[in-house]
Amino acid sequence: MDLIRSHVMVCGGTGCTSSNSAAVIAEFEKQLTAKGIDKEVKVVRTGCFGLCEAGPVCIVYPEGSFYAHVKVEDVERIVEEHLIKGRIVKDLLYKGAVKEDNTIKSLDKVDFYKKQKRVALRNCGVIDPENIDEYIAFDGYQALGKCLTEMTREDVIDVILKSGLRGRGGAGFPTGLKWKFAYNSQSEKKYVCCNADEGDPGAFMDRSVLEGDPHAVIEAMAIAGYAIGADQGYIYCRAEYPIAVKRMQIAIKQAREYGLLGKNIFGTDFSFDLDVRLGAGAFVCGEETALMTSIEGKRGEPRPRPPFPAVKGLFGQPTILNNVETYANVPQIINKGWEWFASMGTEKSKGTKVFALGGKINNTGLVEVPMGTTLREVIYDIGGGCPNGKKFKAAQTGGPSGGCIPASELDIEIDYDNLLAIGSMMGSGGMIVMDEDNCMVDIARFFLDFTVDESCGKCAPCRIGTKRMLEILERIVEGKGEDGDIEKLETLAETIKATALCGLGQTAPNPVLSTLKYYRHEYEAHIYEKRCPAGQCKALLNYKIDPDKCKGCTLCARQCPANCISGKVREPHVIDNSKCLKCGACMEKCKFGAISKG
Amino acid sequence: MKSLAELQAIRNRMLEQVNMRKDDNIDTRVVVGMATCGIAAGARPVMLEFVEELKRRGLDNVTVAQTGCIGMCRLEPIVEVYVKDQEKVTYIHMTPEKVARVVNDHIVNGRPVDEYTIGAQG
Repeated sequence: MDLIRSHVMVCGGTGCTSSNSAAVIAEFEKQLTAKGIDKEVKVVRTGCFGLCEAGPVCIVYPEGSFYAHVKVEDVERIVEEHLIKGRIVKDLLYKGAVKEDNTIKSLDKVDFYKKQKRVALRNCGVIDPENIDEYIAFDGYQALGKCLTEMTREDVIDVILKSGLRGRGGAGFPTGLKWKFAYNSQSEKKYVCCNADEGDPGAFMDRSVLEGDPHAVIEAMAIAGYAIGADQGYIYCRAEYPIAVKRMQIAIKQAREYGLLGKNIFGTDFSFDLDVRLGAGAFVCGEETALMTSIEGKRGEPRPRPPFPAVKGLFGQPTILNNVETYANVPQIINKGWEWFASMGTEKSKGTKVFALGGKINNTGLVEVPMGTTLREVIYDIGGGCPNGKKFKAAQTGGPSGGCIPASELDIEIDYDNLLAIGSMMGSGGMIVMDEDNCMVDIARFFLDFTVDESCGKCAPCRIGTKRMLEILERIVEGKGEDGDIEKLETLAETIKATALCGLGQTAPNPVLSTLKYYRHEYEAHIYEKRCPAGQCKALLNYKIDPDKCKGCTLCARQCPANCISGKVREPHVIDNSKCLKCGACMEKCKFGAISKG
Repeated sequence: MKSLAELQAIRNRMLEQVNMRKDDNIDTRVVVGMATCGIAAGARPVMLEFVEELKRRGLDNVTVAQTGCIGMCRLEPIVEVYVKDQEKVTYIHMTPEKVARVVNDHIVNGRPVDEYTIGAQG
């Protein structure tokens, strides 16, 4: 450990782990030992760097060289060339990091990172999440120390209030206010909970924070405990996040060993401890009352509010529940002051927001941008646009509770209020990008299918209402839509929104309402013209061969799994649409562009 | 953890280990030529000596990096020192014994060791 001159940071987040980064780490260690430089080069398994598309990724310091798509067989070259001879292996670098003149850009100049501001993710990819000392080296637990020794409980709440921090789980409730309510509730016992039950399809912000910087969450929860007067906290995390759970458990153990959790922290009379509770992955358990019921060991079902958790929450005691990303901001607000945090963002939405970019986008991954960044910057400057030169159609935010932002709103400044105003919502940060090939009716059907599956069944509007909506949508995409279906969908949606018990039901119609708002013509095309404008809904698709372009090469007929293409050699072929499976294999193979769908 | 001082002690101990990952506080870069020619001429012990000397003195604002061949193989081991906002200084025929003086005179006190530089070769 004495002569470390270089650090090799390899991503050990879920994304890169699934693209085999564990084997890359093992190979680095093997190669370094074989070359006798294992005492001077350190390999660190970190959390997510954000550029999951380029995984497995690794950064070599002090040069800051960013290697992408690292394969086990590439490791020997990196060790041999870069770590021994100091020659950066340019052809293995992330493409965006090499300039046109073949020189290398520093990491913060790379397009993907240039416009980002990493606050909640500041330690992800920088520290070893399984080593508390590294977190401490990056100012870890300073904020907790400051709170306990220099600040009163009221001071802490005041700083969080003034910073303008709002809940990152979706609804955007002011965090300081939540803490204040719980502080004002009189009780012997209070609880601090962390919502790590990230369930939106395609969202993985919280997982990455837990995997990359678990101590930040622990520290923030201890600060919250001090502020409201709680001595016990629970992190509710889904069991589908094994790496996050494991790292969190390691982190809690280390914090206990250092006395940063437990009795009389920093020699004060404040005591606080934490436990992880595993969820079985039910989407409804991300709703606060259902989550607490689940922690209590009961079936995860929501209950009506009020009473709000700040008054009567976990085990009937005053409780605060914040999202992982919200907590990840807290220590830095204490350290750097509320003015620093409030200086970022827009008037009513301060700080930054992490988004999980997915779908039809080049740079799939995790991005953190200041509030008020435009959607265009996120999609094009950071995300690199849609693959294969396709046209951007919409971005879906807020998952099954949110809605679509159409291409016409690309210049919207992303913050809580702007997104609500156009019928979407911030949500926890999933951002699914859709291009011209996506059918918006089918997207709405997908999300409804999800909520129908995940509805807990306690209240009728959600249990029955969403099911009816799904049936109508399925009918429409199958080409059996009827006049009046759109109106029925609208009535159902408004009723469910107004009457469902919890957030899941109240927001479930949003994907339908927002697609209806911007893409009503697509619904109408499905129903009245029996046509899918995006060419996605198989039941409405017809493949046609243009007799003028067809040369009669028979390639398509040989490809067709249903044997429904017929014709003589060198004569135009025809597709029998009654037998066609709409698989598209013929269209892919045709060398003359004679086959079209529509 | 019974006091802030304890936390500070861990932080200070760890800082030197992780400092190279922070870009903002690096003022000086020591770049050692480590191509085949450099290695053959003994660049490795020189580089290791730099790392050790900087650590001994607790200089956490200096990084040691490697580079390839700059074309003057006969002058290896070559070490270039980049102090922020100053012109780089190129040292030639470096040995582990010369390292302490470069660190002391140049990096700490801002006076390049002229007799070791390429300029002294004439």
